[in-house]
Amino acid sequence: MISIFITAFIVGGLICVIGQLLFDVAKLTPAHTLCILVVAGSILDGFGLYEPLIDFAGAGATVPITSFGNSLTHGAMAEAEKHGLIGVLTGMFEVTSSGISAAILFGFIASVFFKPKGKI
Amino acid sequence: MDEKKYAKLEQGMSPKTPLVRNMVFAFLTGGTICLIGQFISLFYMSFFDFTERTASNPTVATMIFIAMLLTGFGLYKKIGQFGGAGSAVPITGFSNAVVSAAIEHKSEGYVLGVGGNMFKLAGSVILFGVFSAFAVALIKTILVKLGVVSW
Repeated sequence: MISIFITAFIVGGLICVIGQLLFDVAKLTPAHTLCILVVAGSILDGFGLYEPLIDFAGAGATVPITSFGNSLTHGAMAEAEKHGLIGVLTGMFEVTSSGISAAILFGFIASVFFKPKGKI
Repeated sequence: MDEKKYAKLEQGMSPKTPLVRNMVFAFLTGGTICLIGQFISLFYMSFFDFTERTASNPTVATMIFIAMLLTGFGLYKKIGQFGGAGSAVPITGFSNAVVSAAIEHKSEGYVLGVGGNMFKLAGSVILFGVFSAFAVALIKTILVKLGVVSW
């Protein structure tokens, strides 16, 4: 029970260190870095490597943006397994719908209730 | 001044990035955010009917909600200055990008401002995420059909 909290901290921290290296050493913009991490998560899931990481690190693997790529691929592959090629399209947002819906919904609510003050 | 000369000059002028310090802060900030996420998913697993794997959905939604509040009150910016990539890489950074763009463009109106600019940064993440997921799933489906690998 305790161990998953420790691995979550370490694995989540390490993924962020990779992001920081892409910022500082490769001199990439945040947008490029996030895109690379999402694509990396998606490819890792293609090899079936991301789910074991989630079992090992829990939120340390599901909270970083890499898990967004993973869940897109995972939904697409799960549907493709059942329905063939068309499942790649129909299953894409199956797993990750809550993240996208929450971001859209809360983004709109925030824009209604908060006033812009300088750069946020 | 040609481009190479300018790049050399810029490199000499700009302050050296404290790489180790940035990495340590990114590690601590990112790790702490993931640790909070683990506590939230423990909450969903023990009080609602979620398993280890399905708990990530409500956890992510909750983290996005918390990041919305932090962004709205102007606190996420401070975490970002301290944590660098540690605050940008977790899903809270994605939420921060959406929410801050939405609030910032409020003055241009809800349809053109908020609606049009909300996914300015997050849109590229969604685009490349969807495209790579499409490519990976397509390749895997074809390989399975050919009998090279199994699901």
